[in-house]
Amino acid sequence: MSHATKAAEFNKNEAKVNWHDKALWYVREKRDKSAHNVQGWEYLRQLGSKIKANVLSNLDEYLIQFEANAKKNGIHVHWASDAEEHNNIVNDILSKHNAKKVVKSKSMLTEECHLNPFLESRGIEVVDTDLGERIVQLAQEPPSHIVLPAIHKTKEDVDELFQEHLGTTPSQGNPEYLVGEARKHLRDKFLNADVAITGVNFAVADTGGVVVCTNEGNADMGVHLAKAHIACMGIEKIIPKEKHLGVFLRLLARSATGQPITTYSSHFNKPEDGKEMHIVIVDNGRTEQLSREDFRASLHCIRCGACMNTCPIYRRSGGHSYDYTIPGPIGSILSPGKDLKKHSSLPFASTLCGSCSNVCPVKINIHEQLYKWRQVIVKEQKQPMVKKSILKTAGVVLSKPGLYRIAGKTARFMLKNAPKFMIYNKLNAWGKARDLPEVKGQNFDDWYKKRQKNG
Amino acid sequence: MQKKKIKVGLFIPCYINQLYPQVGIATLELLEKLDVDVDYPQRQTCCGQPLGNSGYEEDSKGICNLFVENFKEYDFIVGPSGSCIYHIKHHFDILEQTPEVKRVRNNAFELCEFIVKILGKTDLGASFPHKVGLHKSCHGLRGLKLGSCSEVQGEHYSTEEDLLNQVRGLELMSLNRKDECCGFGGTFAVFEEAISSKMGKDRVQDHLSSDVEVLTGADHSCLMHLEGIINRNKQPIKVMHIAEILNSSL
Ligand code: SF4
Repeated sequence: MSHATKAAEFNKNEAKVNWHDKALWYVREKRDKSAHNVQGWEYLRQLGSKIKANVLSNLDEYLIQFEANAKKNGIHVHWASDAEEHNNIVNDILSKHNAKKVVKSKSMLTEECHLNPFLESRGIEVVDTDLGERIVQLAQEPPSHIVLPAIHKTKEDVDELFQEHLGTTPSQGNPEYLVGEARKHLRDKFLNADVAITGVNFAVADTGGVVVCTNEGNADMGVHLAKAHIACMGIEKIIPKEKHLGVFLRLLARSATGQPITTYSSHFNKPEDGKEMHIVIVDNGRTEQLSREDFRASLHCIRCGACMNTCPIYRRSGGHSYDYTIPGPIGSILSPGKDLKKHSSLPFASTLCGSCSNVCPVKINIHEQLYKWRQVIVKEQKQPMVKKSILKTAGVVLSKPGLYRIAGKTARFMLKNAPKFMIYNKLNAWGKARDLPEVKGQNFDDWYKKRQKNG
Repeated sequence: MQKKKIKVGLFIPCYINQLYPQVGIATLELLEKLDVDVDYPQRQTCCGQPLGNSGYEEDSKGICNLFVENFKEYDFIVGPSGSCIYHIKHHFDILEQTPEVKRVRNNAFELCEFIVKILGKTDLGASFPHKVGLHKSCHGLRGLKLGSCSEVQGEHYSTEEDLLNQVRGLELMSLNRKDECCGFGGTFAVFEEAISSKMGKDRVQDHLSSDVEVLTGADHSCLMHLEGIINRNKQPIKVMHIAEILNSSL
């Protein structure tokens, strides 16, 4: 189903759309305030972008350096070329520990690899411990946002969900009560977990350690209580030096939620005594994206979610309308590289307004890449006949002044003379909520010619 | 010796030519008042933007070449539509970069920017005693950098505001969301009808809540979309291109 279809579905409930839009706009405004309060913010973005560009052009070396340093610290390092390999590696580690219960802090990579269903089908319980993630997990839905996974749910929705799954009493969506209940529920899961899985925000090449950013401290809690820690990361998560964290940690939280820094920035540099630590480094299509020059910079992404919060389309269509692990503007430039056919409507789910590129802390030219994907899609994918013939004809007509003068007259004639019911039929998407422009007696050409004659 | 007048090629985008001749007329009259030598090349059609934005850039090369052919002789190319000018500046990279193509790309200016930056004028002697809301079109704002963007750190500036602030009697109203997209987006308006209309509706509401009587902007494609919504819902706002306001002496 195309983005437009799903978005139209989401728009059937206008009150909900308004609420969703306002909630995210609030986050975007917080981001503006907090970013603009940092002296040299634009310079910081520039730095972030340049460091990431350097990483991408020396990725092989940094990865090898990272692996060597991690191993020196006693961490087991694994390489996975795709999702399947990644899932098998994780599963093998779990089997070795005879683990039946796993707690997992937020990781978009494991979402991308569909790790949860993979492990669940092997009899392993996986509990997402980030509150938002736990909510969507209970609802059996994918996250609709990468930082605020349950942003599409109201507190009343959560109330009902908790009644059903956690046996809470109705509270009319009282957030304090609900959070308290979630905490109790999760505490039990933390205490009984065999292994903790986390994502990785930054993998530092010169130390071999990883940094995980959370607001709830759930990554630390999980790792410290379990026997083993598995950190899963995409190859692009590398940064060269520990000192570069000073750039990225400042950018990340401000861009994501407007906080100066995430509540927890947890550094995992080696296993605790008597425990194991594993890092799984995953490609899963990233080197392919790296090879596409026009789209390479999409791998700068630090998953802050700012492009979603600012996107006027995302705010009004909801994350699920994108039908991809990473929704919103960044998802729309990443997904076509994974499956051009399936995601071919996403680069068109944009007005190319450019707000995403303006907020992106690592300066990805998102809207320009959307434009470029459109060109690729039209070349490589079968296009709807009507759209294609209209645009191809336009290409010919508009390159021939004579033809254009005739076509212009015809179009104006049609607009002027077709009765409203004809224009506002089902095919006329313009006319559903908008009037067509009123047609004047003459066009500018006519007027100009007349003036020349009389002048 | 008499100073040679700047030679301007007037670019009237296709939809303005066909549907909003009054905007073309206001633009031309305004430029003439400003003492530049304006010429309207009559073989012009379009800048190719509708095709490029839809992914049919390849098919638009003929249009782009025709554009260059029509406008290569002028000192400046001026048009009342930020998005078209943006397209010429940024997407004519698909053509071979001959000296003519480069010249056309460098010398193409959106009307307001031309007046403020090139001619160095802001007070055009206009008078328009109304409460006005300015819609900052994305391609003009974020693309051509006609003003500062709410996302980006830095001093506030706005080319259109510079001009409107000098208009006698005009009261520029402050909006809740200063530079949110209106949802037009070319074929987006049709292929993503639901979101496009909702975005437009929200934008209009912001102007209504801010007591705006006349909604204006430097890109008539956005205005066409917003006007469509206003007319459908019979809302009490008039839509005018900024050239019409700057050219008025009510
Ligand atoms: S693309 Fe940029 S703004 Fe969007 S999530 Fe990634 S880093 Fe953040």
